[in-house]
Amino acid sequence: MSILDFFKHKTFAHGIHLPDKKEHTREQAIRRLPFAPELIVPLSQHFGAPAKAIVSPGQEVVRGELIAEANGFMSVPIHAPASGVIKEVELYPTARGPKTESIVIKTWPGASQRTASFEPVNIPSLTHEQLIKAVQDTGMVGLGGAGFPTHVKLSVPPEYSIDTLVVNGCECEPYLTTDHRLMLEQPAELLMGTSMLMKALGAKQAIIGIEDNKMDAVETIKKHLSGFEHIQVKAVQTHYPQGSEKLLIKVLLDREVPSAGFPYQVNVVVQNIATITQLGELLPLNQGLIERVVTVTGTGINKPGNYLVPLGTPIRFLLDHVGFSGSANHLILGGPMMGSTVASLDVPITKPVSGLLVFNEQSIEKVSDDIYPCIKCARCVDACPMHLNPSMLGQLASKREYESMQENYNLMDCFECGCCSYVCPSNIPLVQYFRISKSIMRERAIEKQNND
Amino acid sequence: MIELRTSPHMKGALSLPQIMHNVIYALLPICAFAVYQFGISALALILVVTLSCVLTEFFFNYISDKNSNPKKSLNDYTAVITGILLALTLPPGFPLWMGAVAGFVAISMGKTLFGGMGFNLFNPALLGRAFVQAAFPVAITSWTPGELTDRFTQFIPSSLTLPFTVPANIDGFTGATPLALHKFEGTSTSFNDLFLGFSSGSLGETSSLLILLCGAYLIIRGIMGWRIPLAIFISTIVISGAFFLFDNNYPSPFFMLTSGGLMLGALFMATDPVSAPVTPAGMWLFGILIATMTIIIRLFGGLPEGIMYAILFANATVPLIEAIAQPRKFGYIKKSKGSKE
Repeated sequence: MSILDFFKHKTFAHGIHLPDKKEHTREQAIRRLPFAPELIVPLSQHFGAPAKAIVSPGQEVVRGELIAEANGFMSVPIHAPASGVIKEVELYPTARGPKTESIVIKTWPGASQRTASFEPVNIPSLTHEQLIKAVQDTGMVGLGGAGFPTHVKLSVPPEYSIDTLVVNGCECEPYLTTDHRLMLEQPAELLMGTSMLMKALGAKQAIIGIEDNKMDAVETIKKHLSGFEHIQVKAVQTHYPQGSEKLLIKVLLDREVPSAGFPYQVNVVVQNIATITQLGELLPLNQGLIERVVTVTGTGINKPGNYLVPLGTPIRFLLDHVGFSGSANHLILGGPMMGSTVASLDVPITKPVSGLLVFNEQSIEKVSDDIYPCIKCARCVDACPMHLNPSMLGQLASKREYESMQENYNLMDCFECGCCSYVCPSNIPLVQYFRISKSIMRERAIEKQNND
Repeated sequence: MIELRTSPHMKGALSLPQIMHNVIYALLPICAFAVYQFGISALALILVVTLSCVLTEFFFNYISDKNSNPKKSLNDYTAVITGILLALTLPPGFPLWMGAVAGFVAISMGKTLFGGMGFNLFNPALLGRAFVQAAFPVAITSWTPGELTDRFTQFIPSSLTLPFTVPANIDGFTGATPLALHKFEGTSTSFNDLFLGFSSGSLGETSSLLILLCGAYLIIRGIMGWRIPLAIFISTIVISGAFFLFDNNYPSPFFMLTSGGLMLGALFMATDPVSAPVTPAGMWLFGILIATMTIIIRLFGGLPEGIMYAILFANATVPLIEAIAQPRKFGYIKKSKGSKE
């Protein structure tokens, strides 16, 4: 990147520059992963109410068939990721920790694994409500990591109008390259999905925001833009955590989403690039979400790459397929900044998982165990993209002054991006402090509600 | 064996010991110049004060918790930095035993009483100096001229004063600092002497150029903030410039910047992160306050130099500054037009 580019592409104030570490997988085309002998499909892979299973043990299912239906509006259905027979509906470990109800499918060995076909939908003929319903029926959730049901995001309260759809192609987390590959390999589906969502939202324009470490993706999409005159592509400076929707809106449109508010309050809806690409593919065919692209990389992996993984594939199977050396003792689902470590290899890949990073003992990212007192160096203050004061918040957290954190220092605006912990020379686990403080404050709020 | 950790799983490059090491590296050239200029007395003073600081920290660690390793908090090297900084603010012929007292007070009253590193309200080095300024007013204002011919073979007589005795007669060894010369005798020191450091003064305050270079190293490495020094420099120039334009008998802004301890104070004392504000606006206020106080003391107070009291005063106001200078949080703007229809 030349110094001129540095001035050319916009970015937001604060935040941090990270080594992007994408070199091992950015050139790797998306490859399909074989089907595991057993798929574990949790009923709760999204934010909101878990789906309701509509299959019973012993029942045969075809790939793409509905196996669990949405339980209310804040929920999405689940489709069979492979043809096979239902083994059981039982509690299984998941990445989040507690065991959740999951449908276990024994896949047919040697089956053709053709996806069940449904009656195609004529998108332009649908009303707004029908389109929202069609999106819900695909089981689509935010594939960038949030897992928030897509149709809920598209259902903007009637008092707001949307003028812009922002397509989030930042992929600001190091190591991850799924969005990058999708933009290079499926620009047509991406643009198709974008124009469908613009219609669903009544948006006049769409802006695809891409960080400038992916200029090839910017060029590829630009080549396909003819015929889509209301869609623009904008390169933004590579800067963490630009993939946060509030920050991307600020960079692209200079609008600031109010604290505790939603993007629709500034007339914008943000969708992740993978979400839109998948919708562009699935929606016209009336199919459900049954697989997703996952970046598998890290120093312990023999064949790093971007794999199209059937949902429910256990990590163990995925690791066996790509091969790993040494003891894989540090596994991260998601990116290295916001992802979580997993406790068991039996945890399945679910809808929001964009990456699997594996590190072995020798190559683990150096994190010193020595924690020093806060020296108030203000590095965290300069890094916090929400312009909070993590130094003060951290000191209050260690004194358990949670109320003061919320009332005087805006604790709840923290979205746990990890910038403060990353820059802290004293190694104070600030984000972890804030996570705990936030959940305590949420519990207290619920308690208070129940008492009133 | 699977290891569970919380995010983030990456970590930035600089750790606290690295920061402290770099501060020490940046101080070494200043120490070397002090030794070149003032000889073995300067070297002995730096060593004695630093040793006193380290031993004091060790002692307090030992008596506060006998079970823990008393050496642990020495590993961060902050006591060494306090010692070096304190020594650099003392006059070259300062009796060594008084230096040891200054080091003891700096660490005990300036740091460990508040709870150790990270919890002190005041800059420990300056607190130690303020103590000896009050306790030994004559010794701390007895300035030895630099570049004495036998400075590498002979101690300045006052250095070796026995503990609890008055320093030997130091007539013939004293020379006033540029600030005192200006204030009490009305003579000015030349630009070159001030900037390059060939003037009388405390060990580490004479060469503005060297201090600037060492401070610039820390700022460029991202180890030290730039806002506080810049705020002090700009407001010193603006305020003293206004006085100078009003009446040419007042010292020029350049003299103000390069004389006394202002350079060292602005770059190495006021930037002590623990006793400075954390918010950007707070840092600017802090710097402006220090410059204003320094100039008021220098021009209208009884002392020729005021940077030390100005910084200590500003340290005390940090909680107040932070109360009014919190950053504007993201998403807290007045209702933007068109957000609701």
